[in-house]
Amino acid sequence: MKTISLTIDGKKVTASEGEKVLWAALDNGIYIPNLCALRDASESPAACCLCFVEVEGKSQPVTACTERVEQGMVVNTRSPGALRLARTALELLLASNVVDCAHCPANGSCELQKIAHHLGVKLKTRRFRKLLRELPVDSSSPVFIYDPNKCVLCGRCVWVCRERLGIGVLGFAHRGFERLVTTFADEPIAESRCRECGECVVACPTGALTFKEQ
Amino acid sequence: MKAAGLQSVVSTFREIKSRAESQWWELRDGGKPVVLVGTATCGRAAGALEVVQAIRDELKKQKLDCPVIEVGCMGHCYAEPIVTIIKPGYPPICYGHVNPVIAERLIREFILGDDPCLEFVLGALEENDLVPSFSDFPRAKFEKKVILKNCGYIDPQQIEHYIANGGYSALVKALQMPPEKIIDEVKRSGLRGRGGAGFPAGEKWEICRNASGKPKYLICNGDEGDPGAFMDRAILESDPHSVLEGMLIAGYAIGAPFGYLYVRAEYPLAVRRAQLALRQARKLNLLGRNILGSDFSFDIKLFQGSGAFVCGEETALIASLEGKPGIPHYRPPYPATNGLYGKPTLINNVKTLSFIRHIIQNGAEWFVSIGTERSKGTAVFALAGKVVNTGLTEVPMGTTLRQVIFDVGSGIPGGKRFKAVQIGGPSGGCLPESALDLPIDFDSLADAGAMMGSGGMIVLDEDDCMVEIARYFLDFTQRESCGKCTFCRLGTKQMLEVLDEITKGKGKIKDLDMLVELAEDIKAGSLCGLGKTAPNPVLSTLRFFRDEYEAHIKEGRCPALMCRELIAYYIIPEKCERSCDACVGTCTVEAISANKKRVKVIDQEKCVKCGTCLTSCPPQYNAVVKLSPPSQVPASK
Ligand SMILES: Cc1cc2nc3c(=O)[nH]c(=O)nc-3n(C[C@H](O)[C@H](O)[C@H](O)COP(=O)(O)O)c2cc1C
Ligand code: SF4
Ligand code: SF4
Ligand code: FES
Ligand code: FES
Repeated sequence: MKTISLTIDGKKVTASEGEKVLWAALDNGIYIPNLCALRDASESPAACCLCFVEVEGKSQPVTACTERVEQGMVVNTRSPGALRLARTALELLLASNVVDCAHCPANGSCELQKIAHHLGVKLKTRRFRKLLRELPVDSSSPVFIYDPNKCVLCGRCVWVCRERLGIGVLGFAHRGFERLVTTFADEPIAESRCRECGECVVACPTGALTFKEQ
Repeated sequence: MKAAGLQSVVSTFREIKSRAESQWWELRDGGKPVVLVGTATCGRAAGALEVVQAIRDELKKQKLDCPVIEVGCMGHCYAEPIVTIIKPGYPPICYGHVNPVIAERLIREFILGDDPCLEFVLGALEENDLVPSFSDFPRAKFEKKVILKNCGYIDPQQIEHYIANGGYSALVKALQMPPEKIIDEVKRSGLRGRGGAGFPAGEKWEICRNASGKPKYLICNGDEGDPGAFMDRAILESDPHSVLEGMLIAGYAIGAPFGYLYVRAEYPLAVRRAQLALRQARKLNLLGRNILGSDFSFDIKLFQGSGAFVCGEETALIASLEGKPGIPHYRPPYPATNGLYGKPTLINNVKTLSFIRHIIQNGAEWFVSIGTERSKGTAVFALAGKVVNTGLTEVPMGTTLRQVIFDVGSGIPGGKRFKAVQIGGPSGGCLPESALDLPIDFDSLADAGAMMGSGGMIVLDEDDCMVEIARYFLDFTQRESCGKCTFCRLGTKQMLEVLDEITKGKGKIKDLDMLVELAEDIKAGSLCGLGKTAPNPVLSTLRFFRDEYEAHIKEGRCPALMCRELIAYYIIPEKCERSCDACVGTCTVEAISANKKRVKVIDQEKCVKCGTCLTSCPPQYNAVVKLSPPSQVPASK
């Protein structure tokens, strides 16, 4: 496959043709916040809106997970325009997340914390209203707990369960603000076809899916 | 294409056309009167089916043999049900607001007798000395019917009517042209997509034709989910073959063997009429294998969409056609290269495709001669809201908003003052009086902060609160958001919360800056057009009517007296005709009592602000008023 050279944040890097800017940057030690893109998936859902970068010659920031590398491309991951969008998106996610890190099993490994740190955003947003859905927590599985109130709808668990493992217990349901990850007909995980492999928990970037303490 | 094939196309069609024409003229000039009743959805809502029944019954009773034809929508929706009578010796006369009683009279007095019942006349279809014709209406000067021409005039359920009025001739002409030549013609015509974004149609066709991948697909987008829009429905109900003909020509031009007509399931009549049209076209070999003996084969399948607004977005529409959830995905790649099942797919709006036959028939130069520099042809609008003549209209691009609202629409009813016009539905914006002389086209509207959208035009008057209007549209998009991407799912929800607070008098002035900042990010960051345009109603009202937002926030006052929480009902003691009890009885919560002088007083604690007292107070007294803020109500002694 052809190799492409491009510049990201002033650093000359190479990537294979057809690669997305996000992976090219990450492979070269340049972090771009991201939650919904998966390397093995053919296309990114482009849902989390955190990976905005600026590409020279484009009038508006673009999502790095959908943008293909091009020869001579100049990418800036820290342009004010791109950071503004990423910060707003993160603040929106945090405003609709319970953000109870002290009591959260994901504390320390949570990607929301990491991204907030990277973007210089406070975990408690003041700009936006706290809009929570107060959904019931599902602790029916012997292996893990699912707390939809901490879910950012990145879809990693859905993809892993359906596409990689071919099981398909988890899926998206409802529209708009009510959209959520759930089982078929909202049945408790223990009553679904869940094989308790815990791969979704491994994939989850937040405290929405966490292992039960043994 | 082989010459032999072409000869057969021309001669086969010549026969079909001459049969259709003799049927049509037999009807029009056969010596018998003909009754046309508009039974599109707008007519039905006003009782057109009862009128048809009454006409049939009365004809039977009078032993009259005269055909009754159900036609589509003429655009005069404000006057539905509409009946047109074509009687030898008279011009074709249209009657408005017809009910079964009037219908029976028309049969007895005009068809049986010779009295054209002038008191019910709306207008004549042709100029004459007896009754004013539609062409004498002030609106006629501004309207130009191209794709609405057949609507309300021909029977959409008879393909012969369409053919006799020039239908499918453009297809026959197109089949004799090389596909590249057709694309060139559409490109030169400057036709831009009427589904909202205004992308040049010819360019899209060319991209799709040149894209690799087989088979190619064609999709006609008839999802039409904007609240208040019904242009595509009216065309599908009134002239479905014009859409099919456009699809056939497009399919031939891009090299697609197959097309989908995507119509929302909530349009049952449009679905039925389109299905019938498909059967009729297939029967005459205008659709199917080797059309009219040529080597072009094309078939169309009707697909009923679930009716979600976002399913009108092309990638979501394609997903739903593939049997997946109707959720948009990132573009590029665009459908023209990677669409249905990953194949090159041309997707165009109903109206865009309806224009095609006219462009092929009359040539690109003709189309270019209508409209403005960068927006060619005509625009179809659904006029609604505070306007006298609600309904459909078609005007050349470049017509001003004032002409559409005041000349075509006859202005605001009830002597009220114009305040704003909302164009483009939930993706569009509200424009104030100062924009009335704006010539309408894709670019001028976008520059002014609105959008052509699909053609909804809602007129607002002094009684409409601009904050509430913005809230209403945002509430719609927020509900219709698929919820996939962060900006649209959570951003529009945050905006809606703020607007809710403002309409309840709980807003803060710094919220307005937050609204604008967030709106800009949602526009820039959302994945699909729904999120990218959802803030427009808020941004445009904030731009032109910021004073109304501020009145809500700073004074707790709704200037239009619309926001329930910021108004109070009050009975002006001096105006109350004390012996009248009209309001007392109608108040459902018994909040109105009479004081010692029998003057009626509203107990503000009990009042639920339903407004029935205001409507029940006889107009000669007019004692009940709305006050804002509620503190305006004088303290009772
Ligand atoms: C939320 C949303 C809803 C849409 N709804 C419609 C629709 O109902 N009808 C339509 O023709 N286009 C709709 N569109 C535009 C389509 O995505 C697409 O651009 C259009 O069908 C292309 O046809 P055109 O080029 O003829 O306009 C919508 C777009 C968005 C973002
Ligand atoms: S549960 Fe976790 S992995 Fe699944 S969508 Fe939510 S945040 Fe993503
Ligand atoms: S902008 Fe809204 S409708 Fe479009 S993909 Fe994002 S969430 Fe879905
Ligand atoms: S990683 Fe790019 S949008 Fe989520
Ligand atoms: S610490 Fe991030 S979700 Fe729990």
